Amino acid sequence: MPWATRGLRDGIVTTRYPRRPDDYGPGFRAAIRVLQPGVDPVAATELPGLCPTGAIGAAGGRVAVDRGRCILCGRCVEGRPDVFAFDASPEVAALRRASLVVTAGGADADDDDDGAVERARAELGRRVRVLRRSVHIRHVDAGSDGSDEWEVAALTNPVYDVQRLGIFFTASPRHADLLLVTGCGTRGMYGPLVRTYEAMPDPKVVVAAGADAASGGLVHPTYATLGGAGGAGGAGGAGGAGGVGGAVPVDVWVPGSPASPFSLLHGILLAVGLLPRAGGRKP
Amino acid sequence: MIASPHGVVVVRPDDLAGTVASSVGRGRRFAGLFAFAGAAGATTLRAVLAGGRSLDIVEAVLPRGADTYPALSPSVPAAAWYEREIHDLFGLVAAGQPRLDPLVLPLAGTPEVAGAARPRPGRPDGPRVVDLDTAALPRHVGGEGVFTIPYGPVRSGVFEAVEYVVETVGEHIPHLRVRPYPKHRGAARRFAGMGVADGVLLAERVEGTASVAHATAFCQAVEAIAATEPPPGAQLVRVLHAELERVANHLDTVVRHTEGSGQAVANARMSMHKERVLRLQARLCGHRFARGVVVAGGVAAPPRLPPAEILAALDALQRDVEDDGRLLMQTPSFLDRLRGTGVVPAPTAVDHGALGPVGRASGAGEDVRVSRPYGAYRRLGFEPAEILLDGDALARQVVRLDEISTSLHLARQAVDELSEHPGGPWRTRVAHADGFGVGWVEAPHGELLYLVATEGGRIQQAKARSASFHNLALFGQAFRGDIFTDFVFIEASFGTSMAGVAG
Repeated sequence: MPWATRGLRDGIVTTRYPRRPDDYGPGFRAAIRVLQPGVDPVAATELPGLCPTGAIGAAGGRVAVDRGRCILCGRCVEGRPDVFAFDASPEVAALRRASLVVTAGGADADDDDDGAVERARAELGRRVRVLRRSVHIRHVDAGSDGSDEWEVAALTNPVYDVQRLGIFFTASPRHADLLLVTGCGTRGMYGPLVRTYEAMPDPKVVVAAGADAASGGLVHPTYATLGGAGGAGGAGGAGGAGGVGGAVPVDVWVPGSPASPFSLLHGILLAVGLLPRAGGRKP
Repeated sequence: MIASPHGVVVVRPDDLAGTVASSVGRGRRFAGLFAFAGAAGATTLRAVLAGGRSLDIVEAVLPRGADTYPALSPSVPAAAWYEREIHDLFGLVAAGQPRLDPLVLPLAGTPEVAGAARPRPGRPDGPRVVDLDTAALPRHVGGEGVFTIPYGPVRSGVFEAVEYVVETVGEHIPHLRVRPYPKHRGAARRFAGMGVADGVLLAERVEGTASVAHATAFCQAVEAIAATEPPPGAQLVRVLHAELERVANHLDTVVRHTEGSGQAVANARMSMHKERVLRLQARLCGHRFARGVVVAGGVAAPPRLPPAEILAALDALQRDVEDDGRLLMQTPSFLDRLRGTGVVPAPTAVDHGALGPVGRASGAGEDVRVSRPYGAYRRLGFEPAEILLDGDALARQVVRLDEISTSLHLARQAVDELSEHPGGPWRTRVAHADGFGVGWVEAPHGELLYLVATEGGRIQQAKARSASFHNLALFGQAFRGDIFTDFVFIEASFGTSMAGVAG
């Protein structure tokens, strides 16, 4: 009985996100923003060296950060605060891997255009239409450092409480609509990951959570990660690209090291078409 | 923090087992066995022995072509998992070890006995890609009516990947095998060739829920090689974040216990408190797991909040966690699930040298913040958790709740003392130095060791020994008399970080 009153003690602690923005974030590292569209040729040769995971590109003086590779260490912000800054908004998930490469203009890389994103959104929207308001998630750890699981598990705590949005975690892949993958993609998890995906009924969507899942992160490449060292294809993954993208068809990419609960939630809602659009109405 | 050659005894490979066994016989604690690649294809085996206020290393060099060494495990059973890991990654056979089964990496087409053809992915000059062969894993079961239930690596819930092979006749679990290999990432190999600054970032990701502990232990090894020490203020900042990390980890086990026992309100509140700790870390440094705080030679920056605000947050946290913890420990439906569950008998734990809260609940588990104090712990005063003897899941829970209070107390002390160093300095320069060093900290899971060798200003090889790896070898022995429904509590009470086990 004492627990009943204890449960009321702190009132409502649950976020209103995504209906209302949440003010948790200032000073919090969610992503890297590029402040300058271009730099001089000397800087262009130096900037990539700032990054331990090779997330910075400066071809032709045009600065780009691959948030899928970025582990948010902040070395670029420290080294060149005039070019890079931390972005506090946790809404960083993207529908295309290429959209994680950001320039000064935002999520708008060389090989991307609004048309492609719109097409991806429309295609995904058709696929997930039947899932609305009841989404069951199967999580698979494909070689994480352990922190990703904490952030995923946090989604069910009273602060994020994703059940209020009709989002549930399920043990059986047969009941799952959404595959949430964490970790850098190890060779030992390739089989279990693929079999879990194949065991899920259609329609299904895949969310790669965190920089590890998107690119292999700092741990990749080793003899034990997918994509292999030096680009030896191996089981899934191509040409040195790490992460889980070579094992399962990823629909939504969530940056972060690890991806924070709000970023995860943004990615999940993006995947199932439940993000409120500007103007208030749900798509 | 010791740097070679202090505390190092070099013996012939044939004498390694005997030297370690006699040292353990004299009361030293076996803390691990590790392989390091040497020049010209040689391999150096290093056994770490702890006891009193010191840490000693027994070293033996195997020349190229020598693929076997006498096993330590017949006389020091705790060495068994280390021998298996070394076999997987360095292709060395511990002669006389009866079950040299794959642990972290089952390799394709390789016989039990090592040969020149066996890949040695653990070596910096090892293959860039290896093929796993799960056929190399043992499948035999013994006894009438005994069958196996594979549990994992995709688990029923949000868990790290691991496969448990449960041998059972129905309800009781006479035997259990742990297969951590699915999430083996080759983290130790990735260190090779990295600069020290990148090494710190990687250390933070070896066991992501103990980022501060790993970064600190790694940096202490590097600082030992360079014979330098961080400024006092930086040591205090490390303590503040390390203790908050411990609180978050211990709360995580409480969350899992309350979830397993269906304590909905307690579960909600404890997970809320854990979220508060992660948010406090983020407010202090910009990262929920305090990554980027610890750097070689100190810390990147002081806490971003004024002391009064940190102290208020710590006070509120302590009040709420202790209050809910007290009520939880008076809730019979909760206690009934933990009492007598998953007993690790004290003699077993002492013989194995069990670490951290798992050890301290079973009469072992030295706290290296006390026995071999490092950094600011040499100056801060605190009462370590009481050593219990019951050895069950409840005892492990009691130890952790006790440690949460101690940690918040230490964090407060660190903040108080930080006011004496308002302007830093926060960092000393760490000169490039070549050598071999060991760093240790009391991570949330227990004693964490880092063995680091540097060469030409870069990491030649680095190896983390997480407490989870050492303790998990005891996991299979904690099921005597317990049944399936106890599994969740036994697992949660071990508080294992699989990333740290698999490497």
